[in-house]
Amino acid sequence: MKLSVQDLNSHYGPAHILFDVALEVGEGEVVALLGRNGAGKSTTFRSIVGLVAQRSGRILFEDKDVSDQPTHAIVSRGLGYVPEERRIFTDLTVDENLEVGRQPVRPNAPHWTREKLFTLFPNLAEMRNRPGGRMSGGEQQMLTIARTLMGNPSLVLLDEPSEGLSPKIVEQMVAAILTMKQAGVSIVLSEQNLHFARLICDRAYIIERGRICYSGTMAELDARPDIRDTHLAL
Amino acid sequence: MAFYFVQFLTGLASAASLFLVASGLSIIFGVTRIVNFAHGAFYMLGAYVAFTLTERFSGALGFWAGIVLASLVVAVVGVLVEMVLLRRIYHAPELFQLLATFGLTLMVQDLVVMIWGPNDLLGRRAPGFKGAVEFFGQNIPTYDLFLIALSPIVLGLLWLLFQRTRWGVLVRAATQDRDMVAALGVNQKWLFTSVFALGVFLAALGGALQIPRDAVHHALDLRIIVDVFVVVVIGGLGSIIGAFVAAVLVSELNAFGILIFPKISIILVFLVMAVVLIVRPWGLFGKQEAAARRTPGLTVNPWRPLTSGERLAAWAGLAVAAMLPLVGGNYALTVGSEIAIFVIFAASLHFLMSVGGLASFGHAAYFGLGAYGIAFLAKMAGLPMIVCLLLGPLLGCLGAAIFGFFAVQLSGVYFAMLTLAFAQIVWSVAFQWVAVTGGDNGILGLWPEKWAAGPASFYWLSIGVAALAVAALRIIVFSPFGYALRATRDSLLRSEAIGIDAKRIQWTAFVIAGSVAGIAGALFAYLKGSVFPDSLGISLSVDALVMVLLGGVETVSGAVIGAIVYKMLSIWLVSQTDLSKLVLGGVIVLIVVAFPKGIVGMFETLRNRRRPELPKPALLKSRIEGAE
Repeated sequence: MKLSVQDLNSHYGPAHILFDVALEVGEGEVVALLGRNGAGKSTTFRSIVGLVAQRSGRILFEDKDVSDQPTHAIVSRGLGYVPEERRIFTDLTVDENLEVGRQPVRPNAPHWTREKLFTLFPNLAEMRNRPGGRMSGGEQQMLTIARTLMGNPSLVLLDEPSEGLSPKIVEQMVAAILTMKQAGVSIVLSEQNLHFARLICDRAYIIERGRICYSGTMAELDARPDIRDTHLAL
Repeated sequence: MAFYFVQFLTGLASAASLFLVASGLSIIFGVTRIVNFAHGAFYMLGAYVAFTLTERFSGALGFWAGIVLASLVVAVVGVLVEMVLLRRIYHAPELFQLLATFGLTLMVQDLVVMIWGPNDLLGRRAPGFKGAVEFFGQNIPTYDLFLIALSPIVLGLLWLLFQRTRWGVLVRAATQDRDMVAALGVNQKWLFTSVFALGVFLAALGGALQIPRDAVHHALDLRIIVDVFVVVVIGGLGSIIGAFVAAVLVSELNAFGILIFPKISIILVFLVMAVVLIVRPWGLFGKQEAAARRTPGLTVNPWRPLTSGERLAAWAGLAVAAMLPLVGGNYALTVGSEIAIFVIFAASLHFLMSVGGLASFGHAAYFGLGAYGIAFLAKMAGLPMIVCLLLGPLLGCLGAAIFGFFAVQLSGVYFAMLTLAFAQIVWSVAFQWVAVTGGDNGILGLWPEKWAAGPASFYWLSIGVAALAVAALRIIVFSPFGYALRATRDSLLRSEAIGIDAKRIQWTAFVIAGSVAGIAGALFAYLKGSVFPDSLGISLSVDALVMVLLGGVETVSGAVIGAIVYKMLSIWLVSQTDLSKLVLGGVIVLIVVAFPKGIVGMFETLRNRRRPELPKPALLKSRIEGAE
């Protein structure tokens, strides 16, 4: 098992956000975490990488309990995280942004170099010396993913990668994520957009009000319009 | 002409150390968001350690190795400080960080005297740079030329370090978004520690390089830190180039200011700083900072006026205090008057900090101006005491109006640094302008008139004024003006959005606080019978901050208790030990780390805990933080 989350409960101050969340991701699997705005998708990811201070439960990454470890230690084990807000270092150039993400090669994960990433995201190759602050939203989204891949992760948490992007960029994003999948990276993808998830994912969890309320394969979910309407429709 | 050129070169040479220290401060601030008040202390330590090492080692190699080794030794001290103290307070409000590092500065002052003694030490001349170069009949020391060449080299090396190394890229990334750097697998702890070590190394190097030029003494720290604050305010915090340009600018202004206003050369620097702040509030090369972390005073326990029972208790407390002359002797009454005066002073700063969210590090300026106001009126104009008491504080009010106007343009650490710089400027004027202020000798012979001359009557006068001042400030807190001021503290943007002229409200609050401090200073002048520049000094400003902190910055009137406890403690402490700064500094650090809510704040927490209803305020807190 690549990642196993058990009984995850998270709080912001006195507000209880996540209730007994459980997730599993197999080796090389691409799993969707679906849910509406505010359902708890980002908090789940932030809790897994240790960015939420108040949390309890067990988080096993490659069968090792990492729930007591600080963020940088979890991430440098090969658990990459791409935040929703992108959080590009706007003063740094594209090359420098990638440099921040660089980590040693890992035996159980694909090795990404700048050159490979520039083939994956050709737009970035043309602006290696441009400051992150002077890039479009889509380019910034590509850079965040590329930056995380520089850490040679074996698992990536992708928080709403399609949010706010034009259809053309979304297409490129799908292609890039599929390449990652083929290279053997396990992925958890949070989405509100079921169509996007369907193109990429093997399995899906649905989260609502901080609770996992459905889990199954993508095909099973497609066969259940009722579930889709209750938990995902706007 | 040659003379001016040499003066220019002297200015450039002085800029070297200033640049080293200021760039260190800037680098540390950029990543850790801590304005390290102790930077001056590290500078001074660098000079002392270099003095010892260069005395011990001989020869040219020994000298230069001593300088570098001294800087490394001090950097190691810095690392220890970072690991033991700063790591605990990275998430505390800025005020607490400034205070804790100031506490360190105090401790170092006593330690330095313990180790190296109180006398000035004259260091060796630098081997290879002992002579002077003649230039049209003027001598330029070759060591000055060495320093002039050094600062651009250091600037270049720092630039390479930050632009061309992985460490530099990580530091720049962390300057922008610390959490994201961690989320990419970088251990920030060591990044912070290494940045702090570099910053301290630069400060210590700045100090060590001064020993061939200047005597080493235990007041170096405060002298440099004020200049450095001025430099980073002008250049922009976090910018190394800004530190360089501003260091040159300030040094040149000092070098030529001496020629134009020999007595009050500091005025020139002040004028330039004022212009820069109007044109570019975040400094020449600085960037507008995101909103500060939680401002002081922001509280989760909503304030309310005193209940009738509490009001009764306050009256009873005042009545008990008024009975002191029945039991206490003259000494007790003098101490009592002094405490009452500090209650006024602390309450005025508390008003500015808790209600206005503006932490002034130079509040003593207005206290001292009030005192000097009395001295001018009584000694020069010969006015009667009651008139003096009414008019004297106006000087404090006037000072607060001028400086406050500039200060409220800024917020957070910038506000703190600027108020400190203003206070230090007023202090320098009082110190240098001997013809008017008497300089270090002060103005003597200010005695109260007969009706207030006895210790008992002066004591009653003091507690009467103190009670009036505290009551008046409380009334303001619960007036519409007070609500508006609290709105600007809680959210500047939202208060402006509902039509509050935030800057004007803050300015008014600053003037009110300065005037009340002026009243305290006026009484203080009569109590002591004299006025000295000390009543404008940093240590008095910090005393007031500690009183506020001790009482509890989130309370309405905690400063009253804080002033009484702190003043009694410090009077007792001075009578008990010669190392009062060491103990006081330690106490400040301890309060910040272990006891941040203060005495009154702690009682309020205890009282609230006894009431059952309490998930609510905590929820409120998370909402406030979430919304910011």
